Amino acid sequence: MKSRMAYPYIVWLSMFIVLPLLLILYYGLTAVDGSFTLDNFQRFIDPIYLRVLWRSVELALLSTAICLVLGYPMAMIIAKTEIKRRNLMVLLFILPMWMNFLLRTYAWMTLLGRNGVINNILGWAGLPELNLLYNASAVVLGMVYNFLPFMVLPIYTVLSKMDQSYIEAAKDLGANNRKVFWKVIFPLSLPGVISGVTMVFMPAVSTFVIPRLLGGGQLMLIGNLVEQQFSYVGDWNFGSAISIVMMLFILISMALMTRFDKEQQGGVGLW
Amino acid sequence: MFLVLLGILFPMMTGCSDQETLYVYNWGDYIDESVLRDFEEEFDVRIVYETYATNEDMIVKIRSGGSRYDVAIPSDYMIERMINEELLREINMDRITNYHYVKEDLKNLDFDPDNRFSVPYMWGTVGIIYNTTMVDDVVDSWEILWDETYEGDILMMDSQRDSIGITLLKLGYSLNSRDEDELEEAKQELIRQKPLVLAYVVDEGKDMMVAEEAALAVVWSGDAVIMMEENEDLEYVIPKEGSNLWFDNMVIPTTSENPELAEEFINFMTRPEIAQRNAEYIGYSTPNLGAMELLDDEITGNPAAYPPDEMLENLEVFQDPGDFLSVYDRIWTEVKAH
Repeated sequence: MKSRMAYPYIVWLSMFIVLPLLLILYYGLTAVDGSFTLDNFQRFIDPIYLRVLWRSVELALLSTAICLVLGYPMAMIIAKTEIKRRNLMVLLFILPMWMNFLLRTYAWMTLLGRNGVINNILGWAGLPELNLLYNASAVVLGMVYNFLPFMVLPIYTVLSKMDQSYIEAAKDLGANNRKVFWKVIFPLSLPGVISGVTMVFMPAVSTFVIPRLLGGGQLMLIGNLVEQQFSYVGDWNFGSAISIVMMLFILISMALMTRFDKEQQGGVGLW
Repeated sequence: MFLVLLGILFPMMTGCSDQETLYVYNWGDYIDESVLRDFEEEFDVRIVYETYATNEDMIVKIRSGGSRYDVAIPSDYMIERMINEELLREINMDRITNYHYVKEDLKNLDFDPDNRFSVPYMWGTVGIIYNTTMVDDVVDSWEILWDETYEGDILMMDSQRDSIGITLLKLGYSLNSRDEDELEEAKQELIRQKPLVLAYVVDEGKDMMVAEEAALAVVWSGDAVIMMEENEDLEYVIPKEGSNLWFDNMVIPTTSENPELAEEFINFMTRPEIAQRNAEYIGYSTPNLGAMELLDDEITGNPAAYPPDEMLENLEVFQDPGDFLSVYDRIWTEVKAH
């Protein structure tokens, strides 16, 4: 019974995950005429492309760090509120995500633009106009804004399920609040932190819409490079090779994180 | 459940088969769809209409087979590539009785020398749109996009062929250059220009110029006409060094199973009343003289949309760079990643 239930999932998985992956692998490892080659990867090992990769990783890491710093206290606040208000808070937090991602990003363009809302308010107050849009900060802002819920929710889940007796025990044994947090709460919440970090880092490192809209195309990230290969140059082979490099990169960083997690936790993960 | 659904849908789909079906593949938002309905009525056929976002998306889909498009509307250099790859069927021009309406100097261009494969649909130029309240200098050259007075006020196109092309023209070269040194020079120019550029945009540029977020932008003429309607301070110029002349032409891909009907459709679209309605809706320039006569003088008198003939001589059509495309791509990546 159990195995028969699995068939639809297996069909789904192979059609929409395994097959596309194999296709990407095929394109990445072949030339235009279909012969086997490693040229696509060789081409990627070039300072300009590596710089693009590095810049994407840098911005994604920065956004992830900001999300963590902003998201952790948020998750704690939600986890500590009484259950009725807590659900409302989670709902309010998720509500913006019901709106289209592009729409939310466009909204930031209206807010940050030269004649945008923020600059209008500044002008009103007699303050000088700021260049808020089309730079790296705007891109990071866009990433943090869009991906923050992915950080908050897993941490919140872990925190709200945490056994309160550990905390009480620590307090009984004379630990002050700071010590309780760093020695008990934070280590216990690591699985949530790790899944939050992964869920923010992955979309952040591969996004191409945010740098295009909020970065004004001034910053080229790895997602833009892939998109350029597919929709403008028509070089599916190189585009696939870049995607493979990116996937490997994400895979390695995830492996490192889970290893770190195991060392700390003895293998209790969220997923 | 799925099988049941198929069981219901399948007879429905085959049920229409006594009526002929025409598959049309076009750019997004690039036709007055009521024109399609009229064709369906007049010829008692059904049109399946699909759209694409870039020429490259389109060619990939046609090349891979499995589709049965009867009519597509690619741009100039892509038509050249499709002819070379033998993806296009020759059009029987005897059946395109309205072809004589097409303006003479927009026929027989390099990408399809005798118009054996394509019939012009829309055309236009690339130029600079600027806000007269924000720019005091005379705008008549691509040089102004490198003028430090306008630092942070310039919008460039996020399109490698166009941006590299205008830089080559500024340097006095052809925008179809295949000379690595010339392209290297263009790359240096674009890198030098980068600090002055507010953003590299495509469609977002329209709203930004209308909202006065920038002073100067490189745009396609069709978009310029729409922007100028929305903001009276905007002005469009084709720089003196020359520019790009582009075409989107109707073609019949080899995937077509009904080329006669496709020819009927192309002829229908070239009919003056239809071409006029279509041009009015899209806002781009029609190559159809019959349609131009029917259009408002205000539209045809606008030099942004319909530049005087002597200006056309200075314009160059993109050629398919073939393998050299990867050089363009590399240069553009270097500029953007700088």
